[in-house]
Amino acid sequence: MKIGIVRFPGSNCEVDCFEAWKVMGEKPEMIWHQETSVQGYDLIVLPGGFSYGDYLRTGAIARFSPIMEDVIRFAENGGLVWGICNGFQILTECGLLPGALLRNRDLHFICGPQYLRVEHDNLPFTNQYKKGDIIQIPVNHGEGNYTIDDKGLNELKANNQIVFRYVTAKGEVNDTGSPNGSRDNIAGIVNKEGNILGMMPHPERVVEEIIGGTDGQGMFLSILKHWERRMKHGA
Amino acid sequence: MIKATVTVTLKNSILDPQGSAVEKALRSMDYPVESVRIGKFMEVNLSEDDKNKAEEIMHEICRKLLSNPVIEDYSFELEG
Repeated sequence: MKIGIVRFPGSNCEVDCFEAWKVMGEKPEMIWHQETSVQGYDLIVLPGGFSYGDYLRTGAIARFSPIMEDVIRFAENGGLVWGICNGFQILTECGLLPGALLRNRDLHFICGPQYLRVEHDNLPFTNQYKKGDIIQIPVNHGEGNYTIDDKGLNELKANNQIVFRYVTAKGEVNDTGSPNGSRDNIAGIVNKEGNILGMMPHPERVVEEIIGGTDGQGMFLSILKHWERRMKHGA
Repeated sequence: MIKATVTVTLKNSILDPQGSAVEKALRSMDYPVESVRIGKFMEVNLSEDDKNKAEEIMHEICRKLLSNPVIEDYSFELEG
């Protein structure tokens, strides 16, 4: 699988993503944001960080980086795009995913382990989990408070687009379980077609016991499984 | 040259935790404050002398980059 990780000025989780893919046995490549083509790639990762210093709004300026025009074309043609943290913010800014990410409810920058519940297990990104699984994936953000209007939220629910929710250790969806005030405890969503995923937590930081856990591995394995099936069936 | 002064604010339907924190601080200082909303102020100098064109450009700039229409409203004034 040919995996490309886009590096923007101010990205700081691109190396984590790179190393995580290597742990999973792949040979990812870095793509500088000034490049203009993602042709030949099977997956594009938009990593976490503070692209363009988060100036104006998180992800707002990165969205106009030269590479993004082709990333948008790639995504709209069904290519797999995975936005983590700042990558999620960029995906909402360019309209590939609905809603927006605001300052955390309590205004603090939050960084630490977080329980998530898997809400959708029939996706290229999550097929190795089971719906209802409680996993622990770290969060690390100041602006992860997902917001969307009533109509948008109803659409997300109707189309089964909510992938992860913040929960307590027991799996309860409530304010205590949510670290940032996100609407309906939303931690990650996909587009209607299921090929573009955005999430605030960092699965690339939990792929080896030595760095604190392996709950994030499932996403990498899911993507690889999806790719293997696709190759087998020539679709 | 035309100067545009742009104000970007969170839509009323969007919670503004920064505004709420400032509001609470002002109340704790015993000021008669009802509410506070925090926004952004920007000055844009355009190399364009036609006011109609400048207005058109500013609407485009505001929609595309300076504000996020999902969560924010914008307004601007032109001078010069």
